[in-house]
Amino acid sequence: MTTTIAGQEVSVNAEGYMTDLNQWTKEIALEIAKAEEVNMTDKCWEVIAWIQEQYRNENPLTIRKVGKSGITDIKEFYELFPNGPLKKASKIAGIPKPVGCI
Amino acid sequence: MKKAVILGAGTAGTMMSNHLAKKLPKDEWEIVVVDQEKTHYYQPGFLFLPFDIYQPEDVVKPIDDFLPSRAKRIMQKIDRVEPESNTVTLQNGDMIGYDILIIATGSHIAPKEVTGMMSDAWHKDVFDFYTYAGACALREKFMNWEGGKLVIHITEMPIKCPVAPLEFAFLADAFFTEKGMRDKVDITFVTPLSGAFTKPVASDKLAYLLKDKNIRIVADFAIESVNNETRTIHDYGGKEVAYDLLVTVPTNMGDSMVERSGFGDDLNFIPTDKCTLQSKVADNIFVIGDATDLPASKAGSVAHFEADVLTENIIRFINGEPMTYEFDGHSNCFIETGHGKALLIDFNYTHEPVEGSFPLGSFGPLKLLKESRMNHMGKLAFRWVYWNMLLKGTPIPFVPATMSEAGKHLEMSKHD
Ligand SMILES: Cc1cc2nc3c(=O)[nH]c(=O)nc-3n(C[C@H](O)[C@H](O)[C@H](O)COP(=O)(O)OP(=O)(O)OC[C@H]3O[C@@H](n4cnc5c(N)ncnc54)[C@H](O)[C@@H]3O)c2cc1C
Repeated sequence: MTTTIAGQEVSVNAEGYMTDLNQWTKEIALEIAKAEEVNMTDKCWEVIAWIQEQYRNENPLTIRKVGKSGITDIKEFYELFPNGPLKKASKIAGIPKPVGCI
Repeated sequence: MKKAVILGAGTAGTMMSNHLAKKLPKDEWEIVVVDQEKTHYYQPGFLFLPFDIYQPEDVVKPIDDFLPSRAKRIMQKIDRVEPESNTVTLQNGDMIGYDILIIATGSHIAPKEVTGMMSDAWHKDVFDFYTYAGACALREKFMNWEGGKLVIHITEMPIKCPVAPLEFAFLADAFFTEKGMRDKVDITFVTPLSGAFTKPVASDKLAYLLKDKNIRIVADFAIESVNNETRTIHDYGGKEVAYDLLVTVPTNMGDSMVERSGFGDDLNFIPTDKCTLQSKVADNIFVIGDATDLPASKAGSVAHFEADVLTENIIRFINGEPMTYEFDGHSNCFIETGHGKALLIDFNYTHEPVEGSFPLGSFGPLKLLKESRMNHMGKLAFRWVYWNMLLKGTPIPFVPATMSEAGKHLEMSKHD
């Protein structure tokens, strides 16, 4: 399905996660962040860029990996993206929600 | 003589030794298998030990019973691999050279990764069931346990057999119901993921299970510490869950031999090509089973599918041909749901778990993503198949290495 975010038409799934990272822009990210009640600091943007890079390289994401990214630690990750940081950061980064096997 | 050396004689290493024994000419190749253990454990059986469905003796057999007679077996701890010189160093200082190396050292639990998890309460109030010792200790505990808050917990992903903790919760519900004390046991399932089922088709189809069984779920829980005095677990976001009995799946890591060799990721998993199973460390090193960093499930069934692909690729590699056999991430597993029923799921890198039947198209007796008694029988039969066919590399009828699309409602998986 498609929806309009920040004036642009983007494809998303039923939960509002973007399905095509090529459509992602900073403006879109800001609008998703607002809906998720995340205040985008410089640190947040660094984390988002790192997450997108992992996704492009097909590295599955985990909280531990974010904690070891050298950009932030787990405690701070929770402060940057409160309540379910990996879910929220993935949504803002325009990548699919991290899933298990079922 | 050229040498093919296999590190680890668990599910994957044993299968590879049997495949290669058939394929590599005897007069040209020596096969060497190294494992520190005497015993082969049927790990899927660990799930059933605490509930007295299996007895301890059902899940152990000698490793040597399953290795081909031509293989040279070394019982030693592996210290490290040196890819530059094509040698493996053992703990006793012995060195083994190789032409082809297959790493199948698996993954195991690392409870020390979480503050407070490993304490005096370990195997008293805080248990794992991913080891033989843990499953046996929990079996003892359950025999006389009077009830209270039972918390089933996953520390972080990836873990082997990712559905086992959920099955544990279902079996616990059935076990305490049958004992007539379910009203005394409060079951909570705690996961770092966003739910018990995170794939869209599965969460649509299976959401009813937890509700029906009265299992509470706490999602998005990234554990920071266990406090065995207050009997609580804490997450980085400030959430807290109280337990009387904590059954946790600790962090899963590859063997420390990988770290000593200097080529693992932060969890000691080995960078591996997800299609050919060649390592990214050196051309003549291959990796199979739980030891890889593949985005596929860590499961015996996956190792079985990988073994077919890897055997062909190794033969091609030896002959200097391109490796054309590609692993597609094929995975299937039974999910025990308790009371003599089970579900079956089948998926790969690109397809989500699907509905339909398995393995014979619309004639298949096993229903995918639906609870049935047949599926439960299938899960119990898996033990026989494991000891008698899987480890020996005997093809299992109708179960191809790559995912068959017959009989499956694949359109179901196009969720976005
Ligand atoms: C509770 C539970 C339930 C499961 N249920 C299922 C299921 O229903 N279906 C399914 O398909 N899978 C299931 N699995 C997963 C399955 O058991 C594993 O995926 C499978 O055994 C992996 O095989 P492997 O050969 O990679 O590793 P393993 O079988 O673990 O073998 C690794 C071997 O390497 C040896 N080794 C490691 N390091 C060294 C060293 N340094 N020196 C010497 N030897 C070493 C070990 O001794 C071991 O023998 C389950 C697992 C658990 C724990």
